[in-house]
Amino acid sequence: MTQKTTISPREELVSLYLENLDMITEGSPDILNRFREEAIQHFKLLGFPSVKNEKYKYSKIESLFTKDYEKYFAPKKISFRIEDIFRCDIPELDTHLAVVLNGFYFPNNGLTTKLPNGIIISSLAEAARNYPDIVGKYYNAQAENDTDGLVALNTAFVQDGVFIYVPKGVVEEKPIQLINLLLSTENQLVQYRNLIVVEESAQANVLICDHSLSPMQYLSNVVTEVHVGANASLEMVKMQNEHNDSAQLNHSYIVQERDSHVKTNVLSLHGGFIRNNLKMLLNGEGADAHAYGLYLADRSQHTDNYTYIDHAVPNCSSNELYKGILDDQATGAFFGKILVRQDAQKTQAYQANNNLLLTADAKVSTKPQLEIYADDVKCSHGATVGQIDREALFYMQSRGIGEHEATLLLMFGFAHEVVKQVSIESLRDRLDDLVEKRLRGELSRCNNCPMNCC
Amino acid sequence: MLVIKDLHAKINDKEILKGINLEVKAGEVHAIMGPNGSGKSTLASVLTGRELVEVTHGQVEFNGKNLLEMSPEIRSREGIFLSFQYPVEIPGVSMVNFMKAAVNEHRKYKGLGPLSASDFLKLLRERKELVEIDSALTNRSVNEGFSGGEKKKNEIFQMAMLEPKLAILDETDSGLDIDALRIVANGVNKLKRPDNAVVVITHYQRLLDYIVPDFVHILYNGRIVKSAGKELALELEKKGYDWIKNGEDL
Repeated sequence: MTQKTTISPREELVSLYLENLDMITEGSPDILNRFREEAIQHFKLLGFPSVKNEKYKYSKIESLFTKDYEKYFAPKKISFRIEDIFRCDIPELDTHLAVVLNGFYFPNNGLTTKLPNGIIISSLAEAARNYPDIVGKYYNAQAENDTDGLVALNTAFVQDGVFIYVPKGVVEEKPIQLINLLLSTENQLVQYRNLIVVEESAQANVLICDHSLSPMQYLSNVVTEVHVGANASLEMVKMQNEHNDSAQLNHSYIVQERDSHVKTNVLSLHGGFIRNNLKMLLNGEGADAHAYGLYLADRSQHTDNYTYIDHAVPNCSSNELYKGILDDQATGAFFGKILVRQDAQKTQAYQANNNLLLTADAKVSTKPQLEIYADDVKCSHGATVGQIDREALFYMQSRGIGEHEATLLLMFGFAHEVVKQVSIESLRDRLDDLVEKRLRGELSRCNNCPMNCC
Repeated sequence: MLVIKDLHAKINDKEILKGINLEVKAGEVHAIMGPNGSGKSTLASVLTGRELVEVTHGQVEFNGKNLLEMSPEIRSREGIFLSFQYPVEIPGVSMVNFMKAAVNEHRKYKGLGPLSASDFLKLLRERKELVEIDSALTNRSVNEGFSGGEKKKNEIFQMAMLEPKLAILDETDSGLDIDALRIVANGVNKLKRPDNAVVVITHYQRLLDYIVPDFVHILYNGRIVKSAGKELALELEKKGYDWIKNGEDL
């Protein structure tokens, strides 16, 4: 037997970092640069999370990195006009738009948009230069570089992403829409970073859409840090709609101060491999967190949601509902951890995960984990894995609705319980539409829209 | 309209129906009465095509077609309607979408195009008024969180929407207070026409005070043991089922 010496993806990425350090740091703001060295050391030590790591038990990560991807340390010039490829036609949905192309903020009349009410939507790198006080305060404040190798990898390599700033007291009705596009002629690894700061008593709605536009292989490793100030309110809807050759690793961190309200809704409509980490820290009394998720997977797709709600202080509430429909040989997982710390009396925490398996080959793993150290709390969790309700199916058939159509209506109804949590009506209706099309096996794309945007 | 000949059926290898013969003609109202476990609901299940029940012998013709070969949805489109004894709750599916799908499938079967949104809503409103169903119910998910009475009224509302040729009411009176019973019965009577028929399955006489049958059949131990006019129901009410069980006066 011949001994083959192969270099592991971990070693490869570490040497890629070292060899290109100049290029990585050059032109990158100090706020981003100052965390890189420590981060690459963490990554070197931690490597990729393995399935022995309980948090990543259901997803094999390292093999995703063994494919050949191009990695860019500066945006590759692709000239197109945003209007040519993007015409989001959600009726009555008017948004402030930001586009990220292959991990870099795409200039739309410059790299920064400042609204009259003080809201800033900007390239993260640009914002680190223009608003160092704000970005410096919140950037890398939550990311778990020392425990999650993927997060450390992002921090080491990050070049850009989106910065959203909603100043104190500003209430913005119009949603802010981030569109992440993958468009290239070669396979790519993209690692960008979003930072969202909603200050005290401010209110915002953020809609994030992920799309792959060309049939190449993509791997995205994205970190999003969100800070929500006292009495502020944020709703974040994320729609994932990428093709089967794409893999997404998302790490979202949200910290909530006193009396703040946050609602997140992640709709995984399509994608080869999706792993979403969501950590919400309830850091001020009276904070209220809602986390919703819907995952639809078929063929050999894989979706895995990990949520961690940290009740650090008393009198906070959290409510989680994740639902999944898995068809063919698709696999899915939900791992929901709730931590109620010793001081966090009067906590209310609820969690539910419901799954529909359409075939005998589809698989889902569901794992609730409640760690409660306070004694005066209300917590509950429930997980179900089931098939289409035969009684309901017969009931619908007995009204003349064919079996196929009745099954679709039931699945649609199942999914709607998550979609209905989206507050913006026009967006909710469109998402219902997309879910229905997806369940019918039609591609989830807007009418008249050449892109798969919501 | 409906001709049942020597029908035998079993559930999990247990024979429940042991030779049913029944003919229902257009314009007629039939009541099927009988003690618990006599096979009433099984008969309704056979007629609507529930998988659980296996027909082992006999024939069922509906307007000259072999009913037993049809899937449940085709039976519905052909004009059979079952008012469920236990209507099913379907979270997430709105009554409006449910009925729109059902009405349009029926129309498609007849070679008609789907109703426009405004025509559909008009129909919905009309039929709601006809059967005196609370407006708010149609804005909710199918039967979800409905009271017992609301569920039964909702069955009659669906019947009004679909205008079946043959309606089978499976213990529609169970769990209803007297006001709800009157509303349900009025709905059925308003929908009655010379070209349709109703089969009422019930334990009690009281529903038959409102929906007056032309024929009353007593089902016992898988067979129809006695058929007569509406006076039979009154007799049952007086004497109970024991005389049937004891085999007297057959």
